[in-house]
Amino acid sequence: MKNQFNLNTSWRAYKTVIVMAVILCTAGIMAFALNSDGDHKNIIPLVVIKKDSVASVKAFASVYRVLMSPRCMNCHPAGDIPLQGDDSHLHTMLPKRGAEGKGVFAMKCANCHQPENTLGLHTPPGNTNWHLPPANMKMVFEGKTPRQLARQMVDPNHNGHKNMQQLIAHADDGLVLAGWNMGEGRTKPPTSHAAFKKAWITWIKTGAYAPKK
Amino acid sequence: MISLKINKKTYTVDADPNMPLLWFIRDIIGLTGTKFGCGVAQCGACVVHLNGEAVRSCVTKVSRAENQDITTIEGLSAHNDHPLQVAWNEENVPQCGYCHSGQLMSAAVLLRDKPHPTDQEIDDAMAGNICRCGTYLRIRKAIHLAADLQEKNGGTV
Repeated sequence: MKNQFNLNTSWRAYKTVIVMAVILCTAGIMAFALNSDGDHKNIIPLVVIKKDSVASVKAFASVYRVLMSPRCMNCHPAGDIPLQGDDSHLHTMLPKRGAEGKGVFAMKCANCHQPENTLGLHTPPGNTNWHLPPANMKMVFEGKTPRQLARQMVDPNHNGHKNMQQLIAHADDGLVLAGWNMGEGRTKPPTSHAAFKKAWITWIKTGAYAPKK
Repeated sequence: MISLKINKKTYTVDADPNMPLLWFIRDIIGLTGTKFGCGVAQCGACVVHLNGEAVRSCVTKVSRAENQDITTIEGLSAHNDHPLQVAWNEENVPQCGYCHSGQLMSAAVLLRDKPHPTDQEIDDAMAGNICRCGTYLRIRKAIHLAADLQEKNGGTV
């Protein structure tokens, strides 16, 4: 009996070690896979989610106000023509999105929108990467309810194939930052970029819950 | 000193890199075919080609154009015989004519990218070029004619 007991104990300990090793290897491989984007300088730690639906929905309310402000929404139109101005009217001259979101023929975005803002009122704002979302991934903001937009934001098939880490990093994307530097005479988004980024990350790290409506 | 390659000729000039390209083209090297219209990229009179794209030279800084390929209306063809120029003449498109160097430069990009454009594609490409004489219908007609001429020329422009 004693030998049998020792044998069972040893076998259980052995199984425990095997199971732990498999778990650790799997976690290690997943972490490597999620982080291996080929640029090791930009490795972002895995997103730690601490679910809190109340805090998440509250944070998204702040995010939503920014995303629906003209500085963000104007380049996320429901149609194929960008919006313009604080009243989000159709862009004068009716430029079209084009397959890549960079315009068509003689009406490419960068033909008027320079790498930087042009000085003066009613002049084109600029950015080195000025464009709309592409035709096959329109990422529409215009007309979306908070619930619809929150669900779209976390759906890789509708958010530009971004995972949670990439969504967090996107808060510092050059074109997102440009929303706070759109040239003379244009109202800025309703919160600072720092406040937006904080709400954005809070929303994601508390579970990216969608509001009820 | 800044070097600009305009109509295959290099100009090296001591100029402010923040100067609009249009100033450089008209006032410094004296190519006055390109026109000043609004000065804020809203009318299209100042369109030139920058590496083949129809940029508005009134808001394009000289620094963006440095060492790039620039083509103005004077360089669109060797003998004013680009299919668009022939068609413009054939259809008597201009009225006052002020906007038409910009119209032609925009239309040239369209015909290069879309040898036989539809009416809708012409409208999409030309919507940023304003004509206060309202010659839009003749512009559209001439672009169709130019497309046919281009095809007869074996697709060359």
